[in-house]
Amino acid sequence: MEERRAGLDPPTGTRGPPFVIEPDDLGNNPILQRLRAWDPTAAAETLSFRGELTLVLTPSRFRQTAEFLQGEPGLQFDFLSDISVVDRFPMEPRFELNYHLVSIPNRHTLHLRVSVSSGRDPEIETVTPIWPTADWHEREIFDLFGVRFLGHPDLRRILMPEDWEGHPLRKDYPVEGFR
Amino acid sequence: MVLNMGPQHPSTHGVLRIVLELDGETVVKARPEIGYLHTGIEKSCEALTYSQAITLTDRLDYLSPLSNNLGYCLAVEKLLGLTIPKRAQYIRVLLTELTRLASHLVWVGTHAMDLGATSVMLYCFREREEILKIFEMVSGQRMMTSYFRIGGLALEPPPGWLDRVNRFMDIFPSRIEEYEELLTANRIWKSRTVGIGYLDPRDAVALGVSGPTLRAAGVAYDVRKFFPYSSYEEFEFTVPTRMESDCYARYLVRVAEMRESIKIVRQAMAKAPAEGPIKADAPGIVPPDREKMKTEMEALIYHFKIFTEGFAPPAGEVYQRIESPRGELGFFVASDGTPHPYRVKVRAPSFVNLQALPKLAEGRLVADLVACIGTIDIVLGEVDR
Repeated sequence: MEERRAGLDPPTGTRGPPFVIEPDDLGNNPILQRLRAWDPTAAAETLSFRGELTLVLTPSRFRQTAEFLQGEPGLQFDFLSDISVVDRFPMEPRFELNYHLVSIPNRHTLHLRVSVSSGRDPEIETVTPIWPTADWHEREIFDLFGVRFLGHPDLRRILMPEDWEGHPLRKDYPVEGFR
Repeated sequence: MVLNMGPQHPSTHGVLRIVLELDGETVVKARPEIGYLHTGIEKSCEALTYSQAITLTDRLDYLSPLSNNLGYCLAVEKLLGLTIPKRAQYIRVLLTELTRLASHLVWVGTHAMDLGATSVMLYCFREREEILKIFEMVSGQRMMTSYFRIGGLALEPPPGWLDRVNRFMDIFPSRIEEYEELLTANRIWKSRTVGIGYLDPRDAVALGVSGPTLRAAGVAYDVRKFFPYSSYEEFEFTVPTRMESDCYARYLVRVAEMRESIKIVRQAMAKAPAEGPIKADAPGIVPPDREKMKTEMEALIYHFKIFTEGFAPPAGEVYQRIESPRGELGFFVASDGTPHPYRVKVRAPSFVNLQALPKLAEGRLVADLVACIGTIDIVLGEVDR
């Protein structure tokens, strides 16, 4: 075990994020360069699939990185298109939140991914102060998946009735409803 | 005074409920309550195969079914890494632009009716009927078309359909003049819309507002120009914008967009070759031709497999955005390597745009609220999904 790990460790002296999936063209990506200049450990992992760049963030650094991406001149991801959740039940961490960003001034797109483990109350910090549009998206996720957003101004159910039990888009929720 | 507007109210365009806090006739606070039309389309998709889920996308935004088909098909094609023949791409562009016309026509008609100009609606529906007849000719359905399939189109369009489009394109510009004659300089129309429902451009971007509502605030964000899909980069058209950001500006932007759509339709007709493949060459994903099935064993096997168990894209997630008549329509499709989508998430433009309603309406009269609901052009089927 120790021997196998040794081969995967980055060379000493360079403190980069471990286990980066990085095709050749990603090294020159201006968004990534900008982000790494700010903080080389901001993204735990970088994924590139079908021309879409996804930064995998840790919940602890998530809010800070989001603020940087929105405010930094040259990046200016000012438009949050959507937040979509994938429920990886029964794997842990269970919920994968995907934030789809657009920079209208720079015509860039970027996807952020942060995983939330289920526990008793899956929780993540809200991004409503950064992108006010997240208000309804986060309410929808709370309603359908039961992920709580810390600091959300008005976290109520949005699509389902207020007295509904359970979160219908979870994978362990029966399609016909509970009987 | 707290008052419920809706869910059954003629000017809320469906089952939208707005909890109003009123001071006399002034709206102090407006809080939209949605969910009355929640049909669980996203959950239902997880139980279907990738091709079967197309039929559900029609029912999201029932005024622009082909835009939804296109968004979903492009997302799955991106997941598969498929390239679509040029002819199919041009026909897709042509039909989605016709969809945009049909949707904007319903918008002009119903919005004008909300504000008291009943006759405009009759004119608009007359032209919309022509477009629906074209859809029927091509796909066999007026509204729930499901005409775009993964890998191309469902059927070869019938002979003579381009003549019909041509004839419609010849008369349509003069019909736009007709609506403009009825509304643009109309004093009642202007007094009901000019300066009503102002939305600050910074607020609009922050709230994720897209489509004509955003462009009327002076932000030229159009997915067709920003992130072209389906060969839109080969078409010449401008993105109309206004700076006033009121109901009247949104009306002008949509009318100008109709004129641009005519240009795109004409270019698509000129570009699309009369003959050629309409489906990608991808056995196992695209159903084979009838003719081949009768002569080739493999084609028959593929046909059987596609319709019994479906096909399995590689595991991964993609997000595809397109410009629907209402704004940025996004499809997030996650695959786990089985023939059923693991997760389909729809970024419905109406859902996001509706969030801006309090910003538009608060501090104004109840009668203006009706104009504000109309002007952001919501379809509740898409809001609640």
